Amino acid sequence: MANSYYDPADLRKFGNITEWSEELGKKFFDYYGKVFEEGALSAREKSLIALAVAHVVKCPYCIDAYTKDGLQRGITKEEMMEAVHAGAAIESGATLVHGVQMMNKYDKLSM
Amino acid sequence: MTQSILTDIKKAAKKSLKAREDELANTQKQLEILSGDLFVGGELPFFKDKIAETGQFPLKPKKLEVLQINVGYMCNQVCAHCHVDAGPDRQEIMTRETMEQCLEVIRNTGAHTLDLTGGAPEMNPDFRWFVEEASKAGIQDFIVRSNLTIILANKKYHDLPEFFKKHNVHVVSSMPHYTRGKTDKQRGEGVFDKSIKALQMLNKVGYGMPNSDLRLDLVYNPSGAFLPANQAAMEHDFKKALKEDFDIDFHNLFAITNLPISRFLDYLIASDNYEDYMYSLVEAYNPAAVENVMCTNTISVSWDGWLYDCDFNQMLDLKVASKVKHIKDYNDDVLSNRDIIISQHCYGCTAGAGSSCQGTVA
Repeated sequence: MANSYYDPADLRKFGNITEWSEELGKKFFDYYGKVFEEGALSAREKSLIALAVAHVVKCPYCIDAYTKDGLQRGITKEEMMEAVHAGAAIESGATLVHGVQMMNKYDKLSM
Repeated sequence: MTQSILTDIKKAAKKSLKAREDELANTQKQLEILSGDLFVGGELPFFKDKIAETGQFPLKPKKLEVLQINVGYMCNQVCAHCHVDAGPDRQEIMTRETMEQCLEVIRNTGAHTLDLTGGAPEMNPDFRWFVEEASKAGIQDFIVRSNLTIILANKKYHDLPEFFKKHNVHVVSSMPHYTRGKTDKQRGEGVFDKSIKALQMLNKVGYGMPNSDLRLDLVYNPSGAFLPANQAAMEHDFKKALKEDFDIDFHNLFAITNLPISRFLDYLIASDNYEDYMYSLVEAYNPAAVENVMCTNTISVSWDGWLYDCDFNQMLDLKVASKVKHIKDYNDDVLSNRDIIISQHCYGCTAGAGSSCQGTVA
């Protein structure tokens, strides 16, 4: 067994998941490919969304993949960092908005 | 660690690999690396075996369409990714005698495109004479690959836009990005600003303007260990940014993949990106791109008159596999029977939508 949970070389083997469940794997990769095609949003915009989400879900494979994808598309580092901040702002906002629940409970329990 | 190696590369990059006596200046060494453990171990397939899967080995030439002539390796720039290992310290320059031999072929060949490259081709002392003579041959598309900054490098080059216009030259210029940072990192400090100025000078005489017959195309090379994305999307982004920021017009953008040879190979190895890059190239392999890969319609001529399947094979010193190996003995019929010489660097031209000196091919 590998002595680390994450190995960068495993990203290349992502497609192998289909070997143990061909139908589901194939459906997933078809769906995945379709999602990132040009659509109402450009492939470029979707790449930046993917990069932001990659950070929020803290997936090192996805961060590697979408940093490279962004570079390939000519996306600048400033654009990439703003996307990461957008993800981080939503994530921290999601924590902070629970502060209202805390305030509600505090008020309810207090005289 | 990687960062300090990169800083060292950057410092060293003021000189060619050859002037630095780097072991990668030895083409044999490069070819050994390209046929090294990654492929011998069976991890990745050899290019030969990959194209054999679709019955495309041996790779054969089709009708000759492009004659690409490298008039010398001297250049005013020392770009970090340069596959020519060009620079101010390179002394290899085509003589007028070899140019005359080329002209003889240009006049008699059926090729519709003549493509002059370097180095900075304009630095060859006989460049203007050669362009004047070649333009009389009635070639349909006469390309000069200009690095742009040469136009501003010295007063004697300031009139190049007018000179190009006079001879109806099709100007093809490198521009790795529409932002200063990325351009200068690849091509050297101050290159972006000079390139912008040169493009404006070319626009001023009519180059690149909408509906103008004076063709101005840009070449995009990724500035790092990654492949170019969709050419049309990149062209759209380049056009928008260059127009909005600098009021610059151009016609088409050619996306060219960096091939893992010479200074780009040096960079890949030093930055520990070589293995991943080769995987990326092999994963992006597209059999449809093999069909139209540029070596099938091009002959490349070196400064000293030797013939090659492409400019990359020229830099690896892989001369054509034919009885005719020199421009002085040029013979279409004999050359068209040759097998094209391939190695693992060829994956660079077959990745994704393919890559050639004219951009994507598939």
